[in-house]
Amino acid sequence: MANFLPLSEAVAQNLKSGDMVAFEGFTHLIPHASAHEAIRQNVKDLTLVRMTPDVIYDQLIGIGAVRKLIFSYAGNPGVGLLRRLRDAVENGWPNRIEIEEHSHAAMANAYEAGAAGLPFAMFRGYKGAELARVNPNIRTVTCPFTGEELAAVPAIRPDVTFIHAQKADRKGNVLIEGIVGVQKEAVLAAKRAVVTVEDLVDDLHAHPNACVLPSWTVSAISVVPGGAHPSYAHGYYPRDNASYIAWDKIAADRETFLDWMKQNVLDASPEDFAARTKHLRSAA
Amino acid sequence: MSELDFTPDEMMTIAAARALKNTDVCFVGIGAPSAACNIARLTHAPDVTLIYESGTIGTAPSALPLSIGDGELSDTAVTTVSVPEMFRYWLQGGRVTVGFLGAAQIDRFGNINTTIIGDYDAPKTRLPGGGGAPEIASSCGEIFITLKQSKRSMVEKIDFFTSFGHGDGGDHRARLGLTTKGPTLMVTDLAVWKADPETSEFTVVSLHPGVTRDMVQETCGWTVRFADEVSETPRPTETELSTLRDLRARTKAAHSGANKGDAA
Repeated sequence: MANFLPLSEAVAQNLKSGDMVAFEGFTHLIPHASAHEAIRQNVKDLTLVRMTPDVIYDQLIGIGAVRKLIFSYAGNPGVGLLRRLRDAVENGWPNRIEIEEHSHAAMANAYEAGAAGLPFAMFRGYKGAELARVNPNIRTVTCPFTGEELAAVPAIRPDVTFIHAQKADRKGNVLIEGIVGVQKEAVLAAKRAVVTVEDLVDDLHAHPNACVLPSWTVSAISVVPGGAHPSYAHGYYPRDNASYIAWDKIAADRETFLDWMKQNVLDASPEDFAARTKHLRSAA
Repeated sequence: MSELDFTPDEMMTIAAARALKNTDVCFVGIGAPSAACNIARLTHAPDVTLIYESGTIGTAPSALPLSIGDGELSDTAVTTVSVPEMFRYWLQGGRVTVGFLGAAQIDRFGNINTTIIGDYDAPKTRLPGGGGAPEIASSCGEIFITLKQSKRSMVEKIDFFTSFGHGDGGDHRARLGLTTKGPTLMVTDLAVWKADPETSEFTVVSLHPGVTRDMVQETCGWTVRFADEVSETPRPTETELSTLRDLRARTKAAHSGANKGDAA
């Protein structure tokens, strides 16, 4: 059963240094507040997993919390490259990080295999793609029926997955709407799961086929309005594209980055996210 | 704006848009492909199905998304599916007729690099990586590519095979067991290129108005092949141009709106 906890306690109880952790979200519902709380709690040596590492992974890497990154597209979509990630990979600042790189199809299948309790994922992919040369976790299996050679990658089984969602009811059932990404799979694949939500409601009013995570699949829930900002929560506030564009300049310089992190993350709290999205809400 | 009354970038987007058919199911890459695909939808191909890898199928945004998962894509879609379903049932299942990609680095056979510049283990520049591209390139019926020409992006030899085009050319795809067509069309800001049916090499079939063969060669890192008959790309129509400019204006307003932008 999900425990309702303040975010600081939810993170402290579920994330430890050295963990493999996924802060998932495919553009939508990215759990920024949880990642910031992890940074404040000074967890280190993390193996970060995500299909689309963007600003929060740039922040976690730049602050020195990360040992390894497993991913398929690391960028600030529509804006450019992740400058803190580049600095780590190209110059070893603040530390070198290990890279395990896949395609989206591989990562999506690997999460699904993790959720399904399978040891590996199989799909038709990586034909002629050079990632198979540089990533020893990309292998092949032969179909026992047709003889077709297919790609195989290990299942993803994070120690803990963090996601953000629109709503939880008072029993702790969680509703995700809009672009649902790979969050359901990432939660079910993980040993523990922490969910931040915009709202706590009496009734989810969910469509019978809606994406609902039953309470017993979630370890902890924290109510953090605005907790996805500058990502968005469909029905609550839109994507703050201007902040994504602004991040490119902030991350370009180490000192500017560290100053920004002190002001907006280290000296801030989960409650600050509500104010950051206030100006966006009328536009949602 | 030149005396031609449209920019090379506008000509590129419009020429790329014309390649999509009303019956196509198109997997849309971010950036230049996204503009071209939506211009197709807003002009000659109103029923084209646009798919973004975030899971939105049959989407019709009023402005171009900055990312591949802006909320309007889901609001206007016929349906929004999970990302694993997108890659398994829809892409791998063979339901997509055209994959529309951009490229950081490309060679004459349509092989694309968006992974690294330099050596993989000690890169000079770490690029975002492949995302959906490796399987888009192999699972879609065919691949259209659009990019602005430069010697930096159009190179003799790419640094990394992020997604496979025609490899070394000829029947290289078939030898790997790939049954899809791969890159068939490339639209740049100067010309329209088609893959040669024998060699699979991209060959210039039409030059945009005002463009010379020398201009194409000067901005391309390999020795350019021209088709036996090179035509002139039809100029943008008034409708195409005004549709594109209106879309760009709406997009600009959407991306700068709600701008407080201090805390990412």
